[in-house]
Amino acid sequence: MVHVSATPVLALRGVSKRFGAVQALTDVELEVHAGEVVALVGDNGAGKSTLVKTIAGVHPIDDGVIEWNGNAVSIGKPHDAQSLGIATVYQDLALCDNIDVVGNLYLGREVKRFGVLDEVEMERRSRELLDTLSIRIPSVRIPIASLSGGQRQVVAIARSMLGEPKLVILDEPTAALGVEQTAQVLDLVERLRERGLAVILISHNMADVKAVADKVAVLRLGRNNGVFEVKTTSQEEIISAITGATDNAVTRRAARSNGEVSK
Amino acid sequence: MSIDKTSATASKDDAVPVENPEAASGADVAVDPRLLVREQGLTGYIGEFKRKIKGGDLGSIPVVIGLIVICIVFQSLNSNFLSAQNLSDITVTMVGTGMISVGIVFVLLLGEIDLSVGSVSGAASAIAAVLAVNQGWPEWVAVLFAVAAGAAIGAAHGFFFAVLGAPAFAVTLAGLLFWLGFMLKVLGENGTINLDSDGFIGKLTTYFFADVAAAYGLALVVVAVFFISSFLGNRRREAAGVPSRPLSDTVLRTVLLAVVAFAAAAMYNQYKGLPLATVVFLAFLVGSDFLLRRTSYGRKIFALGGSVEASRRAGINVTFIRISVFAIAGGFSAIGGLFLASKIASANQSAGTGDLLMNAIAAAVIGGTSLFGGRGRTWNALLGVLVIVSIQYGLQLESIAEPVKYMITAAVLLTTVVIDSVTRKTQKTAGRA
Repeated sequence: MVHVSATPVLALRGVSKRFGAVQALTDVELEVHAGEVVALVGDNGAGKSTLVKTIAGVHPIDDGVIEWNGNAVSIGKPHDAQSLGIATVYQDLALCDNIDVVGNLYLGREVKRFGVLDEVEMERRSRELLDTLSIRIPSVRIPIASLSGGQRQVVAIARSMLGEPKLVILDEPTAALGVEQTAQVLDLVERLRERGLAVILISHNMADVKAVADKVAVLRLGRNNGVFEVKTTSQEEIISAITGATDNAVTRRAARSNGEVSK
Repeated sequence: MSIDKTSATASKDDAVPVENPEAASGADVAVDPRLLVREQGLTGYIGEFKRKIKGGDLGSIPVVIGLIVICIVFQSLNSNFLSAQNLSDITVTMVGTGMISVGIVFVLLLGEIDLSVGSVSGAASAIAAVLAVNQGWPEWVAVLFAVAAGAAIGAAHGFFFAVLGAPAFAVTLAGLLFWLGFMLKVLGENGTINLDSDGFIGKLTTYFFADVAAAYGLALVVVAVFFISSFLGNRRREAAGVPSRPLSDTVLRTVLLAVVAFAAAAMYNQYKGLPLATVVFLAFLVGSDFLLRRTSYGRKIFALGGSVEASRRAGINVTFIRISVFAIAGGFSAIGGLFLASKIASANQSAGTGDLLMNAIAAAVIGGTSLFGGRGRTWNALLGVLVIVSIQYGLQLESIAEPVKYMITAAVLLTTVVIDSVTRKTQKTAGRA
C-alpha cells in the first residue's frame, strides 16, 4: 500500500446542499489523502454527482466546510476548484472529435512560440505525458474520432493531468467500456495513485471498486452510510450499505440462489 | 457461498499486481502494435495515400479531378478554353466570389451558415461607391470603411446568434433581406453609381503586373518559402524527437507546387501579366489559412465546430469566437463585393443578388469544406470557386444560355454535397470523423 499522509488533501466536514425542496446532501463527511483512491458509491439519486459537483465548484455548498490541505477554503465556481488543484473528468468526456489528440490535450491552453501555435513542443510534451502515464494510443496525431472509448477516456484523464492537479475526480470512468479498456483505465488510476495524487472515483461497478480503490465511501439518500477499507470489507457489506438494509433485493437473490439464509 | 465469493475477489486482487508488471513492460514498447506504421520514403507516401482514400479521407482529390475533367471537356469543345486570356480572366473573375467563399469557410467550420453574405457584399460596394463618388472621400478610405462596415454587419448577425441564441440560419436570412433593402436605399433613385475605372477600386481587377519577372518572381518566392519552412519545420521536429516527414516527401510536395506555380506564371505572362486581384486573393488565402491552422484563435474555431460543450469546458469564450467568425464572414463579403464592383466598374442594384450567395457557399463545399462543421480549409474556397467560374466561362464560350448554367452549377453542387455525405459515412466506419 502506498504511504498515506496524515492531513487529508481534501476533507468535507458536514457538507449540506439543498435544491429547492430537495435536501440533496446532508452533513456529508469525506476525506481523501494523497496517494489514495477513494471510491464514491451509492445508488442512483444518492447524491454522488451532487457531491462531486460541490467539490468541482459547479454547485456551491450551503452548509459545512471544505478543507484543502487542512485549511478551510470556499469553492464557489469551477475556476476556484481548478486553481486549488482539483481536476474533474466528467462522464461525457468533453473532447472534440475532429481535433487530434495533441490538440485536445492542449485545448484552451495552447503552447505558443512567437504568438503561433508551437505544434512541435505540444506534440513532444504530449508524448512525454502519455509515456509517463504508460498510455498507449496509436498516434498523437490522429483525431479523437479514431480512438476507442477506453482510449478516449485515458486521453481525457491525461488531459486533466496537464494542470498538475493534486486531486483528480473521475465520474464513472469505466461505464460503457469493454474488459480490456476497463483494465487500461484502472491501470491508469493506479498510476495516478503511484504519482501521489488523491483520486475520487465514482463507480457503479463493484469489481472496479474492489480492484483499485483503497477506501469506499458510501452515500445513501444524501447522507454518509459508512466508509469502508476495501481490503477488509466484503462486497456484500458494501452493497448492504448502498441499498441501506441487509435484507434487500440483492441479498434475497443471493440467498435464493444458494438455498441458505445469509445473516 | 460467501467463501466462494471472497476467494473470487481475492483472486481478482491478486490479478491486479500480476497485471501491473505487464503494463509496465508494455511501457517500454513505444509503438502500439495495432498502429499502422508508415514506411519511409515514396512507397510509404503512396501507401498512406491509398489508406486515406479507403478510409474516405478524400480531401481535395474529388475537386482536383473535377477541375481536370472540366478542362478536358471544355477544351475539347472549344480550343480557346485553355488559352492564356481565358484562364487569366477566370482567375480574375473568381476573386470576388472567392473572397466571399473564404468567409463562408470560417462560418461552415463552426457548423453554421451565413445566408447574408451576398447582400452584405452588395451593401458594402454601395457604401464604398456612395462615399467615394457621391461624398468625394478618397477611394482607399471609402474601401476601408466599407470593409469595416461589412465586419460590423457580420458582428451584428453574430450577436443575435451567439448572445440571443437565434438560429444563424434565420438571423442571416433576415440579414439577406435587410441589407438588400439597405443597398437599394443607399444607391437611391438612379440605382447605379459608376466608379472611376482608374481609381483604387477600379484598379483592383484591371491592374496587371506586366513585368515578366513579377509572375516568375512570385512563383519562385512561394516555392522557396514553402520548401524552407517545411524543411526547417521537419528539422525542428527531428531535433525534438517527434515524427517528421521524410525529405523525399517534402521534395515531392515542393516539386508539385513548383509545377503549378510556374505553369500559372507562364500562363499569366502570355497574356497581360500577373493580375493584382489574384495576388490579393492569394495573400488573403495564405493569411486566413495561417490564422486557422497556426494560431490558437483558429484552433478554437475548429474546437467549436467539433464540440461546443468541450470548448466551453476548455475555457474558450464561445460567444466571442462566434461573433468574431461572423464578423470575419462579413468582412470577407465586403472585400468580395468590392472586387465584384470593380469588375463592372460600378455599384448597381443587382450587386450581391442572383446566384452569388449560392455560388459562394457552393464553392466552399465543392472545395471540400464540410457542412457539418469542424472540417475544412480556406484553400477549399480557391478550388471550389475555380470549378464554378471555370464552368461558367466554359458554358459562356459555348454560348449556352443562363438557365442551363444554373442547372449545371446545381448539379455540381449536389454532386459535391453527396460526396461530402458519403465520405463522412465512410469516415465514420473508418473511425475518422
